[in-house]
Amino acid sequence: MSDYLWIIPAAPCAAAIINGVLGKKIGKLTAALAIAAVGAAFLVALYVAFGVHLAGEKAAEPIDGAFYQWIVSGSFKVEAGYYIDPLTAVMLIVVTSVSLLVHIYSVGYLADDEGFWRFFCYLPLFTFAMLTLVLANNFLQLFLGWEGVGLCSYLLIGFWYNRKSATDAAMKAFIVNRVGDFGFTIGIILIWLNFGALGFTEVFPQADKIGVGLLTMITLLLFVGACGKSAQIPLYTWLPDAMEGPTPVSALIHAATMVTAGVYMVARMYPLFIHTPITLSVVAWVGGLTAIFAASIGLVQNDIKRILAYSTVSQLGYMFLALGVLVPISGIFHLFTHAFFKGCLFLCAGAVIHSVEHAFHHAEVHEDPQNIQNMGGLRRYLPWTAWTFLAACLAISGIFPFAGFWSKDEILTGAFNNGQFALYAIGLLTAGMTAFYMFREYFLVFEGEPRFDPHRVHPHESPWWMVGPLVILAFLSLVIGAIVGAPPEHGLFRGFLDPSFLHVLPEKEAEAVPLETLVLIGISLIAAFIGIWIAWMMYFRRAWSPQALAARLPRLYDLLFHKWYVDEFYDAAIVQPAVRFANFLWGFDAYVIDGIVNGLGYMTRGVGGGLRGLQTGVVGNYALGIVAGLVAILGSFLLKGLVTG
Amino acid sequence: MDVPLNYALALAAVLFVTGLAGVILRRNILIIFMSVELMLNAVNLQLLAFSRYFGNVNGQIFVFFVLVVAAAEAAVGLAIIVSLVRHYKDSLMADDFNLLKG
Repeated sequence: MSDYLWIIPAAPCAAAIINGVLGKKIGKLTAALAIAAVGAAFLVALYVAFGVHLAGEKAAEPIDGAFYQWIVSGSFKVEAGYYIDPLTAVMLIVVTSVSLLVHIYSVGYLADDEGFWRFFCYLPLFTFAMLTLVLANNFLQLFLGWEGVGLCSYLLIGFWYNRKSATDAAMKAFIVNRVGDFGFTIGIILIWLNFGALGFTEVFPQADKIGVGLLTMITLLLFVGACGKSAQIPLYTWLPDAMEGPTPVSALIHAATMVTAGVYMVARMYPLFIHTPITLSVVAWVGGLTAIFAASIGLVQNDIKRILAYSTVSQLGYMFLALGVLVPISGIFHLFTHAFFKGCLFLCAGAVIHSVEHAFHHAEVHEDPQNIQNMGGLRRYLPWTAWTFLAACLAISGIFPFAGFWSKDEILTGAFNNGQFALYAIGLLTAGMTAFYMFREYFLVFEGEPRFDPHRVHPHESPWWMVGPLVILAFLSLVIGAIVGAPPEHGLFRGFLDPSFLHVLPEKEAEAVPLETLVLIGISLIAAFIGIWIAWMMYFRRAWSPQALAARLPRLYDLLFHKWYVDEFYDAAIVQPAVRFANFLWGFDAYVIDGIVNGLGYMTRGVGGGLRGLQTGVVGNYALGIVAGLVAILGSFLLKGLVTG
Repeated sequence: MDVPLNYALALAAVLFVTGLAGVILRRNILIIFMSVELMLNAVNLQLLAFSRYFGNVNGQIFVFFVLVVAAAEAAVGLAIIVSLVRHYKDSLMADDFNLLKG
């Protein structure tokens, strides 16, 4: 199996390099190359996953190998390698499949963009970095991939670099991630200092050899990195702004893959985290609070992509919640299903924006093509997009038997069974809110009467390049959960992933009671239906007026609409002081440092100017100088003779 | 009859200062050049005078070296002056050649 493994990272890397170097010459061919490369990686990933599946229980022992020696410096040895176990296999499947679909979709989405080839250089590069991260068998390679995806995220958010907001958002994403990566780096350094190794197979068995306090610090620092990458409180603010990038990027990087890197990392480090109950409860609470916090913002936003962005933050919170309450398999399962339905939602949003933007532009309507208040009734114009969006909405809301139901319910049940009732309540409330804001978006965009002038504005369904991936993802959103998730606790996915956590998780004492599980499932279904029902009454039947509700609770509405003023708070508390400090340093540089340097220059010039008068160019003067010197020397001898004589 | 050392030294000093004054005060390159030769010869005279006074032949040998060097210098120096006047500026005044003025 490992014979073909090198293809997984190498193919996208090669495509990225070729497209980067020759892209301008070969134009549209870049897309074919990138799709072929990612397709090859996808096939190998399937092969790997199949191999892992056949290995069954034996997959508990990961296949750990090296492509080559990367760094050798004294006792510090790092190899570029691979670490194949069920967890890696799942991530490989998620990354390559979603990446492949997004590549295909982008052919249609960016068909008229002059940066076409640039896009198809960055996208395989991102895929390469993400696969490097997933395949890593040591912390340093993980970190390399981690930074690589961060870089590609930066490049792709700022893809339309002549828009100020896009470059600002790219900068913000990069800088906020730097905060997280700072913690992550220190965590890795501490691991090296305390374990003397960076390979997973060397570090994990020694987890209980060092003190719990130290291990808690290490895991907390690693989790800080995860918070940055996976947009958790307090470092989530970059993700909604990252929606400035092209929508396929939002789907691939900021929904399905890169932002789940933090979740993957914590799951991968579970042999460390399991020894530190404090860190685990931090993970769970940060996840839970992020879930409900982001969902509350999502309730009232009007930008079609930002709602999805807050939804992503919220769902990532769910995944961390699962990791924190000792049901990591459910967390990864949610990551898996989320990649499909959230990818689908984003691609649908992209299709909507694409056609509405064109239609507005055509009709010379100067409205925001991303504001859902300007849409409505689009199902008649974009039937495929509408149906696929609805499918993904059902999946994310957790309606039986669609994908989100299986994964979200496992998390909630897990939280309940492990005695975390407060987190369970938060998760349940979030589930209701999720259903509400997703269906609010669906009703406002696709149902009801158009809120634009239908005689002038004529949106068209997107080309097949775009609709094809939508249909595939929607289909997966509908059925994948039932295929791999049913029955709960004994599904295919759980069986597949179990070996990864076999020696890590404590033994289950008692099987969950079926009746209790059924009741919990019923409760979460009711929560979802209540959310949908409220959205239905407010935005479809128009029986309740959302404006009246907002007028009744002006304070709360204002708080939510302005995203709890977190961005403003960060601006005042961190950004402005940093800017002031930077200005101070700039002044120091401009006046003190430059003053010294320039002063030296002026001094040399002044002295030279004074001395240049001596060089007259008249030979006689020089001769006079020589004579004067001679006289002075002889005179001094004479004087000396007189004095001593 | 022996000329006293002092006489020779005085003559040498007069010749040297004359040459020095010529180098410093005159503008004509040829004159400066001749003045330099005069200074060299003043030194030669001094060397000879001391050589005889101390009965040491080293001084006379030294004079031969000085003469040889002075001859070479005269050849090179005159060649430079000739080519300077021909190619650069039709003048023999040292003040006209001030390319190195700061």
